[in-house]
Amino acid sequence: MALTTEDVRKVGTLARLALADDEIATITPQLNDLLDQFARLQQLDTTGVLPTSHAVPVTALLRSDEITPSLSQADVLKLTSHTDEIMGGFIVPQVLGGD
Amino acid sequence: MELIHLSASAIAAKVKAKEVSARAVTEAFLARIEAKDDAVGAFLTVMRKQALTQADAVDAKIAAGVDPGPLAGVPIALKDNLCTLGVETTCASKILKGFVPPYSATVVERLEAAGAIVIGKTNLDEFAMGSSTENSALKLTHNPWNLSKVPGGSSGGSAAAVAADFAPLSLGSDTGGSIRQPASFCGVVGVKPTYGRVSRYGLVAFASSLDQIGPFAKNIEDAALVMNVLSGHDPHDSTSIPRDVPDYTKALTGDIRGLRIGVPTEYFAAGIAPEIRILVQSAIGVLRGLGAEVAECSLPHTEYTLPAYYIVAPAEASSNLARYDGVRYGHRTQRATSHIDLFEKSREEGFGDEVKRRILIGTYALSAGYYDAFYLKAQQIRTLIQQDFENAFKSFDVLITPTAPTTAFGIGEKTDDPLAMKLSDICTLSANLAGIPALSQCCGFDTNQLPVGMQLLGPAFSEELLFKVAHAYEQATDWHTRRPVF
Repeated sequence: MALTTEDVRKVGTLARLALADDEIATITPQLNDLLDQFARLQQLDTTGVLPTSHAVPVTALLRSDEITPSLSQADVLKLTSHTDEIMGGFIVPQVLGGD
Repeated sequence: MELIHLSASAIAAKVKAKEVSARAVTEAFLARIEAKDDAVGAFLTVMRKQALTQADAVDAKIAAGVDPGPLAGVPIALKDNLCTLGVETTCASKILKGFVPPYSATVVERLEAAGAIVIGKTNLDEFAMGSSTENSALKLTHNPWNLSKVPGGSSGGSAAAVAADFAPLSLGSDTGGSIRQPASFCGVVGVKPTYGRVSRYGLVAFASSLDQIGPFAKNIEDAALVMNVLSGHDPHDSTSIPRDVPDYTKALTGDIRGLRIGVPTEYFAAGIAPEIRILVQSAIGVLRGLGAEVAECSLPHTEYTLPAYYIVAPAEASSNLARYDGVRYGHRTQRATSHIDLFEKSREEGFGDEVKRRILIGTYALSAGYYDAFYLKAQQIRTLIQQDFENAFKSFDVLITPTAPTTAFGIGEKTDDPLAMKLSDICTLSANLAGIPALSQCCGFDTNQLPVGMQLLGPAFSEELLFKVAHAYEQATDWHTRRPVF
């Protein structure tokens, strides 16, 4: 089940991490150490055991449908300098068109 | 006694009685931080100006005859993954360096409404991922009991701050032991409340089904006092539980006669330092002497705790940390040529090694073809671990274990071995998977004069009981009165 450096590169792409080659070389055996620990779980028969996603079950805590104050657009746009104040949005590199 | 050595409850009482002003208290702690934090490195930000303004507001209330609240004039340090309006909140990560939140966490608002003085933001392992605070991208924190040792983690700055008398109280967050393990290493009280007892709104998310905010304190009374303030439902956190909050300080009766204490044998097995086993057993003997009934018990799925945790927590983290993309806040790469490039390079430059490792393992565990083998399996084992506790609590009121397998280890000792570092949390992970409350308190010192912690665990919402038992122990011993010299 051991991961190869190519596997780690692929997972890095899924996780949007541009990992350098030397970083991948260091991380791969470290991740495999952890995966060796995970192998122990497969020895346990969990047939019929329901999964737990949250420790303390809470059923649909719905609030009344009322408008309440939230953060202003201006406050949120202050969190970065890459904004277009006229359009009221964040600036990113071109997404569509180009090459 | 000097102001900086007083408990939170003693400070609040003196401030309310006008024996000392909130400003004088705050200035005393700020002076202590200024004189000594160069050696410890507990703080990332000291909020001198804001703290003195808050202190003056408390003093003005008292002068006007208005009740300033139960924590009147009590300085408190906050782990730097708790959002503070207008004050930088970094998670000790380069990716959030310079981030100034436009709102405060609910716990911060509750503390301020109770008259507490937020004195600064403390160091942590980046995004609370680690066990020694060495994963901080911004600073190294030292253990006040021995400056060559780590303070534990991930809330190492908050634990060290209380141990070093920089504040009588602090807050941390605990996803797999990040309050209890540093409390053990630094010889202070650390509480991980029941999941849902304290609002997580404004806590930067690591693993949402495991994270809980909790306090560090010098004694149990102070921990109970601040838990009165922190606990309760918050409409901003849909996982906080709408349930009445008792006055935890009323549980501190000292009477534990007939209380049934279970001692899970798996937590005293190989891997736990012999000195720690002896000291925790000796502490259990003290409780027996106070009238508790003690017997061994078993939590049979303990050996699966570590692998189950290191699937669930990184899986949730990989999802939670997807928000750091360089677009709306935090670090943005200067080298991007496309929007995908912007995400990948901002994250690559902004995250440290341990955070990357956890994002990768979490992404892998959730990826197509591996979900059932890893994530689903870990969630099923989570159910079995919960059932172990449910069965144990049919026969016992509380369980007692060591908090950590060793005392504080040396700075740099485990940084090259991420798995060895993770084993440091082996005793604390199960409470997060089960959602139950747990606390750590000092039960002695090893031959190197480093503190040893014992962990008390109870059923969901049994914080009162844990405080009662821990307080009874504290009354019968004097470990909590010792202070580090540095």
